[in-house]
Amino acid sequence: MIDFSKPKPILMQEQLLDGIAKQIMRPISRKYDDAEVSHERPWEYINAIWQGMQMMGFSGLTGPDEGEKKDRDPQRPPIANQMLMHVIERLSYGDAGIYLSTPGGALGGAAVAAAGTKEQKRRFLARFNDGAPKWGAMAMTEPHAGSDTAAIRTRATLSEDGKEWILNGEKIFVTGGLMAAQDSDGFVVVWATVDPTLGRAGMKPFVVEANTPGMTVTKLEKKLGIRASDTAAINFADCRIPFDNVLGDPELATPDAIRNKASKQGFKGAMATFDATRPAVAASAIGIGNAALEFVEDWLAKQGVEIRYGAPYQQQSAIERDLIRMAGELKAAWLLTLKAAWLMDQGQPNTLEASMCKVKAGEAVTWVTQKAVEIMGPEGYSTEHLVEKWMRDAKINDIYEGTGQINRMIVARNILGYRSSELR
Amino acid sequence: MISFQPTDEQQMMADTLRDFARSRLQPAAHSADEQRRLDADTLATADEFAVVAANIPEEYGGFGDGYSALTGVLIAEALAEGDLSAALHLLAPAGVAAALIAAGSEAQKIAWLSRFANEGYFASSALIEPQWNYDPLALQTVARREGDEYVISGTKSLVIMPQQDVEEHDLLLFAHDEAAGMTQAFIVDTAREGVTIGTRERGMGLRALDYRRITFNEVRLPIGAKLGEAAGCDVQRLLNHARVGAAAMATGVARASYEFAQSYAKEREAFGKPVAQFQSIAFMLAEMRIAVESMRLLTWEAAWQLDQGQEATQSAVIAKQYADEYALQVADRAVQVLGGHGYIRNYLVERGLRDARAFAVLQGIGAI
Repeated sequence: MIDFSKPKPILMQEQLLDGIAKQIMRPISRKYDDAEVSHERPWEYINAIWQGMQMMGFSGLTGPDEGEKKDRDPQRPPIANQMLMHVIERLSYGDAGIYLSTPGGALGGAAVAAAGTKEQKRRFLARFNDGAPKWGAMAMTEPHAGSDTAAIRTRATLSEDGKEWILNGEKIFVTGGLMAAQDSDGFVVVWATVDPTLGRAGMKPFVVEANTPGMTVTKLEKKLGIRASDTAAINFADCRIPFDNVLGDPELATPDAIRNKASKQGFKGAMATFDATRPAVAASAIGIGNAALEFVEDWLAKQGVEIRYGAPYQQQSAIERDLIRMAGELKAAWLLTLKAAWLMDQGQPNTLEASMCKVKAGEAVTWVTQKAVEIMGPEGYSTEHLVEKWMRDAKINDIYEGTGQINRMIVARNILGYRSSELR
Repeated sequence: MISFQPTDEQQMMADTLRDFARSRLQPAAHSADEQRRLDADTLATADEFAVVAANIPEEYGGFGDGYSALTGVLIAEALAEGDLSAALHLLAPAGVAAALIAAGSEAQKIAWLSRFANEGYFASSALIEPQWNYDPLALQTVARREGDEYVISGTKSLVIMPQQDVEEHDLLLFAHDEAAGMTQAFIVDTAREGVTIGTRERGMGLRALDYRRITFNEVRLPIGAKLGEAAGCDVQRLLNHARVGAAAMATGVARASYEFAQSYAKEREAFGKPVAQFQSIAFMLAEMRIAVESMRLLTWEAAWQLDQGQEATQSAVIAKQYADEYALQVADRAVQVLGGHGYIRNYLVERGLRDARAFAVLQGIGAI
């Protein structure tokens, strides 16, 4: 039966995170937006959320882990991904830049969860449950290859004894890369090719533990928004990692194995990760949009401007039309996101839905936050309020985890039944 | 628990109606549009699905479990995908029945609901008024109380008419109830003295639909004709049902245009390959698909809130305005995908654009 009632655990989580968003994140929003140069970490938030996560046995933003699945009552439908969307929405409603400092595996963890073996999930993900806060990150983009992920050049070669992979290459735009590679006992999932002649089939995700010799953070970007989160360039120079740190069965990752099986598992692994992370990015975008919409509504209400829902078109003011439309765009994006997460929870494919919600949310929130600045005029542009910051933060969601254009392409291929060679 | 899965029964009904919409309504729609008349045979077939009686509880002569807004929007989307004119015509009585189920007194339900099963019975809503400042909550049609009667005067437009001979055509008439100081609904037989049915109104779209202006000149009704009798009805709630119904039809119209454009783009070749393989076309189709899915989900959520008895005005308004805007956008993009062919009055998408334009301008047509 079609149903939109939130299960109790989600409601409880949402309420708790709403408090953290308003009482802990908002007061330090501006501080860490300004702290880009010093790269100071938002410890006020990190400590608070880390404590909360440990109390609740909440495993961060990696998504459902094996333990969670085991403990689950088989009578009750799984809700882990829906829960995650609500968590991310609320934290991003607090502050999208600071949210990216939430301890956990982040995109790196998601890649392990999507492409790793059971043993790998245990080995790499257990660390996020206790001890000091740790972070994961994912390194895909290279200076010459962003959306064109199949064109990456970072090489993974087998050592002579076959016991290690040796990574060489340059990665950029690694979200949280500094935290994962250097400042905690986390890891970076690095996408590299085991043989460039194999194309996409040769692409594999490798887990590189923090502070592995040969992995160096070379630069931290200065950005339009999400400034509280570091965006790192990471260099790999003869960086050696264990053979079984390639996600999935390591025996199937060697060039010979790939050639024999003509397997495309590698690239599919990346795609499976996106099915989980794209809705997460959409949820983060929507959190920012909800913050902006709520702020503008309150700001207007204080000046005596009320939004009448249900007035006929010809009697609506321009502001009313704008606000109803903003609410509609956000809600549409949210329902698409929730559906993508629900499909995942049902164990059903969601590639199309994941890209649809990402397209919608990226575009809607970019527009909604720009509109919020516009409606508030000079007040919206002023750093006195956070609306201008939200506008800057929002834009990244139309870019990372696949630009709006790449995701439109994926939607188009899906609905038209085209392979990537037929529609490019 | 969150779920996007209709019940098996709902799915079966939606699939059956969608199949009918695509195999019967769609092929008949072009000639209906040209001749300004729905095809009688197709309508007769549609009656077999008994979309009205399926909503009416058994104790009142139907065979349903009661009205569900969610089931209603699934039906509305499916039928509108075939032909909006036909959907509005077929669902007009269902809207009145739904209002009776939701807000009618026991006596009214007993008196009226059983009639919907009769072939010679038609019912439709009269809400819209022909003035610039038309507002469903501040109507200019007035119901004045005089002793044991209501006296109604005013003018309504866009009232959907039967297209076959009927023995009785009742209206669910919305008017400003002077005593109550707000909009209320009244059940009026069009044969009553003082009711004058005008000539057909004509529009750029909905050409197969017979809709007219009706004037009410001191029409006298017994007090039992007021929906809900003494208690009256929650008009905002009825309007919300109308909003989600319209949003669902907009979704259906958009879906028809989108799907047509999508299959056309895969067949039509230019520069040696299907036009769908050009990004400019592929992106339009992707955006259309996202729009249709968005419209549908917003509609479902608002309908679900209505079924839960929650306050749903904000959701219903958002769903409606979103659907109004995107139905038009999707219909326009579909014409664009077909290029010159999309402009020719033969393809579904040309009619789709004219029909889609109706949603934002005819607020309240086929109310509920």
